[in-house]
Amino acid sequence: MDADEQSRGFKHDRSEKCKEVFSLLSDYLNLELPPETCAEMEAHIGACPPCVEFTESLRKTVELCHQYKPSEMPAPLGASTREQLLDAYRKMMESRKSLPA
Amino acid sequence: MAGDAEAFDSFVGHFRAKIFHYSWLMCGQREDAEDVAQDTLLKAFESFDQLREPERIRPWIFRIARNACLMKRRKSVFAPQNELSLDEFLPAMEREAGQVKLQIADCSGLPDQSLMRAEMKDVLDRAIGELPEAYKSVLLMRDVEELSTQETAHVLDLTPDVVKTRLHRARLAVRQKLDEYLRGGAVALARQTGGRQDGRG
Ligand SMILES: [Zn+2]
Repeated sequence: MDADEQSRGFKHDRSEKCKEVFSLLSDYLNLELPPETCAEMEAHIGACPPCVEFTESLRKTVELCHQYKPSEMPAPLGASTREQLLDAYRKMMESRKSLPA
Repeated sequence: MAGDAEAFDSFVGHFRAKIFHYSWLMCGQREDAEDVAQDTLLKAFESFDQLREPERIRPWIFRIARNACLMKRRKSVFAPQNELSLDEFLPAMEREAGQVKLQIADCSGLPDQSLMRAEMKDVLDRAIGELPEAYKSVLLMRDVEELSTQETAHVLDLTPDVVKTRLHRARLAVRQKLDEYLRGGAVALARQTGGRQDGRG
């Protein structure tokens, strides 16, 4: 059996629990699961090296997205555009006391 | 008035870059993205009295930006053209010395702290850029802008459940691209995408 067939075979054999973990992993990382589901997942992950590995890899992916900064920046604001925006901004400020945070 | 101008420049500088980045990734055109950023800021100043909760200014502004993006594109760039299914991201397994092992890269190769290698950033640019728009918009709001599920649902006119489903698939797709890169597919990936910033024609 070649590697491809082999991996397909394992996909089939994989425990239903691993698949459940796989499908709920983002909710788990986001702390958006009910406590009992979360505890169940933790119990499984703690005893399943492939799930530990996959969880860690998804967690790192999310971390990288958090750090992701644009590689493209807008061109500097042109003088006339700035004037137009500043005008709108001043009108807004006149109609309120505090600054937008 | 000097204080005013200072606050204005800092507000505009901050949000213009954020809106530009979002629209650039969504529309794929620099010129459109600059227009969207300008239109959004103008609209925000003009309708500021409609912002009920000042602490929710980011989702409020992104909602304006998203609508400006839609106007620009005329057609909905947020409709799911192709659905991502969970199954396509289920990693393969292999047996190694009698143990079942995932066929994924050792993720200790991923930078841990704030230091992101330029090369890795490039891979992330492409991985995010290539996501179908419906998934990309959710990932940008949730994981890049770090808005909550509720806020993202509000910005994109989706239910929280749809936000969660799309976010998970988007993350899995990005994870898979990073994994391909870490497993040595970096060259193939570069060749395949030819350095394009988005996957749309
Ligand atoms: Zn498992």
